[in-house]
Amino acid sequence: MSRSTLLSLGGLALLAVLPAIVQNPYVLHMLVLCLLWTVLGQSWNLLGGYTGQVSFGHAAFFGIGAYTTGILVKSGLSPAAAWWGLLLGGLAAAAASAVIGWICFRLRGPYFALSVLALAEVLRLVALNWKQLTNGAEGILFIPAFNSKSAYYWIILALAALSMAAIRYVMNGKLGFYFLAIREDQDCAESLGINATKYKLISLLISAFFTGVAGSFYMNYMGFIDPGIVFSVHDISVMMILVTMLGGVATTWGPAVGATIYILMSEAFRTYLKSGHLVFFGILIIVIIIFFPQGIVGTLKETLLRRKRRLAAPSAGGPAKEAA
Amino acid sequence: MSLLELKDVTKRFGGLQAVGHMTFAIEKGEIFGLIGPNGAGKTTVFNVINGYYPPTEGQILFKGERIEGLEPYQICRRGLARTFQVVKPLARLTVLENVMVSAFCRTDRREEAHTMAMEATAFTEMEAWRDRLAGGLPLGMRKRLEMARALATKPELLLLDENFAGLNPAEVEKTIAIVRKIHESGVTILIIEHNMRVIMTISQRLLCMCYGEKISEGTPQEVANDPSVIEAYLGAANA
Repeated sequence: MSRSTLLSLGGLALLAVLPAIVQNPYVLHMLVLCLLWTVLGQSWNLLGGYTGQVSFGHAAFFGIGAYTTGILVKSGLSPAAAWWGLLLGGLAAAAASAVIGWICFRLRGPYFALSVLALAEVLRLVALNWKQLTNGAEGILFIPAFNSKSAYYWIILALAALSMAAIRYVMNGKLGFYFLAIREDQDCAESLGINATKYKLISLLISAFFTGVAGSFYMNYMGFIDPGIVFSVHDISVMMILVTMLGGVATTWGPAVGATIYILMSEAFRTYLKSGHLVFFGILIIVIIIFFPQGIVGTLKETLLRRKRRLAAPSAGGPAKEAA
Repeated sequence: MSLLELKDVTKRFGGLQAVGHMTFAIEKGEIFGLIGPNGAGKTTVFNVINGYYPPTEGQILFKGERIEGLEPYQICRRGLARTFQVVKPLARLTVLENVMVSAFCRTDRREEAHTMAMEATAFTEMEAWRDRLAGGLPLGMRKRLEMARALATKPELLLLDENFAGLNPAEVEKTIAIVRKIHESGVTILIIEHNMRVIMTISQRLLCMCYGEKISEGTPQEVANDPSVIEAYLGAANA
């Protein structure tokens, strides 16, 4: 086992015993949100960061996951919604993503991003108006299965670890290489034997699955959803992008770091700046884009790499010599 | 049976005919050269063969099977690889990773792809560059990366699109040696090249195009002495 895997497992073990020490429900709530946004950032990062298919509409999958659970619980079909019911939310989102991908992957770049945004808005309007199924603007309300926050903390911790491990596993194999190749140059990828449409769809399916599971978890944890919350462009779709950018696009730890900072900051801003908090959050994002376009983890990685190279430089002149 | 056969292939973009009634055949084991003045349609011929554009009319047979209308990835999997004149490195991947991407065309296992990429980079003499990001390579190495990547897909036919353009004399010599080595390993080669000295030396047969049409075909000597070829390059007065 590599050192980084051991470190990750150690960190996971520490996080797992945390509820034994921290019993303050507010702190646990913050931790749950951090982990929830880690899952969401990870999901977006797979498609947008690694595969290069920027989506402005991931709320579609979040909302489908949330509504799947909500409707199942309301109709009495899913008594264990907080456990295996999460899987159903993910599967429903993945199924929807196959249709959305089939429609939107004919388009590239900004056209793809906008078409997904449009589809997410369509879904929000459907959820708002299909009252028999979704209860419309009144939303769905049920009593969460567990009283203690620590139960939800463990569930979402497991989900965060699982999504990270799964995406890391995928990125280490053939799929990962293909995703990166498509991001770098789709035409070139196709000339190297890659069926770009197929592999973009696979990336979207995995990404939508974890987003749907997160949406399903959100329904279970909060006990209330309405179309304006779970299909929100600015609270879900855009925030998934910002969390990833803040932490570092196309890095393993970026989404987790971005999610933690985003949750803590938005909480602090909300407390101290009241209604002005969104302005400051906007400014922060502008600063990140201008000064740290690679995000926190990306910038850190680059700095370390540069230092390593500088230390190694005098002895190894490898390629430079061969250039002649 | 020829390895690759074009039968009356035409490609039109709206009213513009980029390639007209192109017919030729490449035998297994050949190095076949494609020449012609700028804008003659050479790269369009490659794009049509490789599936990037479907031909407007005509048939393309590879190993006796029709391949026109197939997608580029399908054609690559059948054993027909190409390089790009305007190089397309996967910029934020290292040289070795670039080559591994294409090696995954023949295997699903990472270790195997790694081994194949190590071989292809060694074959093209890029050992010292393996860990460099492809986006930061000098032009000569980018051109060589194109070859390494195409080779790692284990092609039977390799289309080389101006792999000598912009190289210094030393690099040209090295690239000639590499192309010969690829050929000796059993790969048939179709090559577009402007450098006459190179194309005359390495190809066994030549085809010259002008304004999308074939104007001459034969051994390098025959083509070089063909009045219509001289006219295409230098104008009627010199023919």
